[in-house]
Amino acid sequence: MLEIKNLHARIAEDGTEIIRGLDLTVKAGEVAAIMGPNGSGKSTLSYILSGREDYEVTEGDILYNGESILELDPSERAAKGIFLAFQYPVEIPGVATMQFLKVAMNEQRKYRGEDELTTPEFMRRVKEAAAELKIAPEMLRRPLNVGFSGGEKKRAEILQMALLEPKLCVLDETDSGLDIDALKVVADGVNALRSPDRAVVVITHYQRLLDYIVPDTVHVLYKGQIVKSGDKTLAHELEAKGYADIIEAAA
Amino acid sequence: MPAVQETIDQVRQIDVDQYKYGFETTIEMDKAPKGLSEDIIRLISEKKNEPEWMLEWRLEAYRRWLTMDEPSWARVRYPKIDFNEIHYYAAPKGTTGPKSLDEVDPELLKVYEKLGIPLKEQEILAGVEKTKIAVDAVFDSVSVVTTFKEELKKAGVIFMSISEAMREHPDLVRKYLGTVVPQSDNFYATLNSAVFTDGSFVYVPKGVRCPMELSTYFRINERNTGQFERTLIIADEGAYVSYLEGCTAPQRDENQLHAAVVELIALDDAEIKYSTVQNWYPGDKHGKGGIYNFVTKRGDCRGKNSKISWTQVETGSAITWKYPSCILRGDGSRGEFYSIAVSNGHQQVDSGTKMIHLGKNTSSRIISKGIAAGVSDNTYRGQVSAHRKAENARNFTQCDSLLIGDKCGAHTVPYIEAKNSTAQFEHEATTSKISEDQLFYCLQRGIPEEQAIALIVNGFVKEVIQELPMEFAVEAQKLIGISLEGSVG
Repeated sequence: MLEIKNLHARIAEDGTEIIRGLDLTVKAGEVAAIMGPNGSGKSTLSYILSGREDYEVTEGDILYNGESILELDPSERAAKGIFLAFQYPVEIPGVATMQFLKVAMNEQRKYRGEDELTTPEFMRRVKEAAAELKIAPEMLRRPLNVGFSGGEKKRAEILQMALLEPKLCVLDETDSGLDIDALKVVADGVNALRSPDRAVVVITHYQRLLDYIVPDTVHVLYKGQIVKSGDKTLAHELEAKGYADIIEAAA
Repeated sequence: MPAVQETIDQVRQIDVDQYKYGFETTIEMDKAPKGLSEDIIRLISEKKNEPEWMLEWRLEAYRRWLTMDEPSWARVRYPKIDFNEIHYYAAPKGTTGPKSLDEVDPELLKVYEKLGIPLKEQEILAGVEKTKIAVDAVFDSVSVVTTFKEELKKAGVIFMSISEAMREHPDLVRKYLGTVVPQSDNFYATLNSAVFTDGSFVYVPKGVRCPMELSTYFRINERNTGQFERTLIIADEGAYVSYLEGCTAPQRDENQLHAAVVELIALDDAEIKYSTVQNWYPGDKHGKGGIYNFVTKRGDCRGKNSKISWTQVETGSAITWKYPSCILRGDGSRGEFYSIAVSNGHQQVDSGTKMIHLGKNTSSRIISKGIAAGVSDNTYRGQVSAHRKAENARNFTQCDSLLIGDKCGAHTVPYIEAKNSTAQFEHEATTSKISEDQLFYCLQRGIPEEQAIALIVNGFVKEVIQELPMEFAVEAQKLIGISLEGSVG
């Protein structure tokens, strides 16, 4: 589903190279964890996948279902099924969460040449998905992310993911700022979306989240490259020994 | 919710030059020669069969105007206006006054149809249009038709063009005209007093709640024509009326002048709600053409516990110079001002309000949302004052500005003055930009850039949109979307 080949990318503004020859393949149905110390390029990778303009790809390619997506703008990538759950979801004052969901869902449908959802159908879907994530209807009437607690913000991200039904889900540090109860709710939400035709990339600093979202593969990102890959035991190894050994071995 | 979708559809449909009301209509016109003199004023007065006192009133204003200078304190720039290059009177031929709909030139009806304004009562009554709204349509200098007159008459409400009112209700007009905005008020108001050609007149008698929304649509069509309309609305004791004005003009290379005066009078316990959706032609993307909108609007809360509320959505005009104000004279009276001012391209907006607290226990509220894009300049200028006797005056002001891009400007100029120590005035102001983060977030959810901006802006102005009558709220949201088309990228 996702193939990243020898990717080099830098910050557009000052030319600082962040991703330096990254290779990664994630298959449909797979949950891949990307771990790494601070500053290794984890969040940058999520932005590059979703097409943020602040970064420039200088070499290599990103293939999604066999096609390069480098020329697509962020909204086109989203409509094709790439979803990013943000580490810090932004506030949109005056725009009710419900309204935002409706606009997003219908814009994506329009891009794919599908009819808009009828209001009853939209309401039904939102209600169901919100109940799964223990989101109160009252929260859906509030402006998106405005005054939301950390847990509410992350649940709102997963709610959007559930409703937009993406094919490739990228979760950027979704565990940050969550207490253990909120973490479980969010992880259950993600697990419910695991399916043979969907891939999930979990970006995280800590092993903790991976106890709840158990990955098929684990990759260690360091200085813009994948320096080690393995199965879920790699995450436990990192938890026990830290990043130092692997980094040394790679250096 | 659906309004956002419509905004988006609307934006889709339009071309780069986004003004969709820019068509011109060929209708035979009866025009006064260019320029201004006592003879021209006599001509206007004669055309309108006015009583002698009216002519005298106009001439007095004209003589005063000759001694006045154009104001220069606003943050707007434009070449000097040659007041002798303007036609002060233009009327579609054959319409010396309002007539029944059947007699109106079909070409004219087509114009209003294009604008989406429901003039045909029978259609509305047959349920084609959802809500009943009485409309007074003003084309260049004259009112061409006023709908629902009969039905309003049953309720005792007078709604007609001001020319007609002068003939049919001279005592009412004479009693109130110029009592809120005197002839000598300011350069443009004084000019208006001398040459005003038409406008709407509303009188709601004691204790009557006007049974429907009233509205006036102004259209400037003729080249080099100034539109100087005068609107006078009186809500007698305990009466209520909600009134809306809408404005459009064709696309032209030269600038056209619009200098209107609106006077509102609310007596004891009366309430007037005045909403404007202003969409005059703003000029092209190089700043050529467009309407100069130099307007004086003022409401007088003359009676105790009266209330006047201004709501405005300003998206058009090359230059806007406009400060709908409230004089809070009656004890316990209340004034409100809700405003959305959008500027894009080369537009210049200097707008705001004045809340003059004179009576005891008066209160006022100002919510202003300015949105600047392109290379436009957007200034909020407001005055809140409490006079010596205004015990317990209260004001709350909130001015928010939103910038799109980095070549536009937003400015806030509040004047606050309290001569009574019991006054409590609050002022809050914010300026923000649509952040890259917000935009990227929306894009990542599959919402394309233009739609994302419309969504964020509609969120920003929500508080004010809620104050508009529902049908117009939808129209206003669409307009805002259209005006911001092409503001990024």
